[in-house]
Amino acid sequence: MRLLSQWLNDGHMQQRGTGQAQAPNQPPAADQGGSAAIEVVDLVKVYKTTRAVDDISFRIARGSITGLLGGNGAGKTTTIAMIMGLVLPTSGRVSVLGAKIPEQRYDVLGRMNFESPYVDMPMRLTVRQNLTIFGRLYAVKQLRERIDQLATDLDLTEFLDRSNGKLSAGQKTRVALAKALINEPDLLLLDEPTASLDPDTADWVRQHLETYRKTHNATILLASHNMLEVERLCDRVIIMKRGKIQDDDSPERIMARYNRDTLEEVFLDVARGRLREGAP
Amino acid sequence: MSEIVSHHAHGISLQRINAMVLRYWYLLMSSWPRLLELIYWPALQIITWGFLQNYISQASGFFARAGGTLIGAVILWDILFRGQLGFSISFLEEMWARNLGNLMMSPLKPIEFLLSLMIMSLIRLAIGVIPMTLLALFFFGFNFYAIGLPLIAFFCNLIFTSWSVGVFASGLVLRNGLGAESIVWTLMFAVMPLACVYYPVEVLPAWLQYVAWALPPTYVFEGMRSLLIDHTLRADLMAWALVINAILFAASFAVFLALLQSAKRNGSLLAGGE
Repeated sequence: MRLLSQWLNDGHMQQRGTGQAQAPNQPPAADQGGSAAIEVVDLVKVYKTTRAVDDISFRIARGSITGLLGGNGAGKTTTIAMIMGLVLPTSGRVSVLGAKIPEQRYDVLGRMNFESPYVDMPMRLTVRQNLTIFGRLYAVKQLRERIDQLATDLDLTEFLDRSNGKLSAGQKTRVALAKALINEPDLLLLDEPTASLDPDTADWVRQHLETYRKTHNATILLASHNMLEVERLCDRVIIMKRGKIQDDDSPERIMARYNRDTLEEVFLDVARGRLREGAP
Repeated sequence: MSEIVSHHAHGISLQRINAMVLRYWYLLMSSWPRLLELIYWPALQIITWGFLQNYISQASGFFARAGGTLIGAVILWDILFRGQLGFSISFLEEMWARNLGNLMMSPLKPIEFLLSLMIMSLIRLAIGVIPMTLLALFFFGFNFYAIGLPLIAFFCNLIFTSWSVGVFASGLVLRNGLGAESIVWTLMFAVMPLACVYYPVEVLPAWLQYVAWALPPTYVFEGMRSLLIDHTLRADLMAWALVINAILFAASFAVFLALLQSAKRNGSLLAGGE
């Protein structure tokens, strides 16, 4: 039975329980209640000798948009991958929508989705074929109608029967977003959602994400290098550097604390080691 | 706080397996070179070896009596080899397309993924091997299907071995990235000399015969020779092959899961490159 359970659940023994972890010290903009969409406690990831993520803790409120900021190698992608269960933590705990990750990830994977520049949709398949396959994987009801709806929302109707490989970068991003929204997820994890997009398409994608959050009360966690994007979209920003959380608050309060007008200036301060006001 | 668990979160979902088979079917149908390749190599194999068998039969009384042994071995070897390739190439398609992260993040479970690869290996095998058997009949008068019911035992044993090797090779690629891709193409050839595809086990040195008898295909090829030369069905050989296959199959799944866990520790699931 143990072996069968492992076969069914990619090597993790399935555990039952609420998956609620004890709340760490919370920053003011963080979720204070017991209904966090994501809860990360004392999370550490070590690759050989590199501490990619170094003892971080945070809770993310349902219905919020949180930005994970940081330079290259700050640990953003590793953190998101651990939240998704695609990378195993060295130590610490993650729970998502009340399920322990990775042990109970199959309980909630159908309610999550993600988009990342590290993955592609199959190029030879048409947009409609790709969305059909992912719709079936996510057991989407009335799939044909859902695909038509997404095509209308994301302006993809004229490309539905074109293969993914023949689309422009902007069109591919919208298809990836359609895939990420196919199951109307409660939690959306986005890694650089507007990377390599022209300003117009990027703005359009941001608008769509904002609308989706409002209409579905969805939680969005996005990793980004684009400070304007984070400023515009996020209720809260977590700034990471060398695997640690450097700051965690609303964009406005962070900018005020660093006495800066933009998050980009704050980002440069953090990256270059300039201390914030009042820091010891 | 109670949570609503996703529908179909537990157990194996036929809908998800069906979705993955559809994904590979779409891919196959979208690319005529992929389809042609499935038929091309088996056809080339059977024609080359068939003429060789004709030539040898004229020169050797033994081969004239053991009609079709060589052609039968070529077809059975192709079932073994193409069965594994059919499994592994579908897996590699996900690596080449950088789609593995999307799949691993979806509710698709590893067992469902592997089952869909097995179904695809059967479909790809049918596309390649059925024309091969028809060519054998047309050019050399060898009716592969005349083997009758024992063919089912031969086929099942070979396909199970091919899946075990496919699962193992896919695990290695999953763990080590596309740098390990060559293992997929070459692993089965390591089995070939020891499985005694074209010659009896007695030809091997005594110590190597122990290794040969640890491989299920050896029993199948010995069984085929027994049937075609002596007209005797060796059920004992088929039963042993089945037992070893069951052990190999379970072991390959366990190794795959261990390599998947290792890939998650190593962070290579999202990388997927070399």
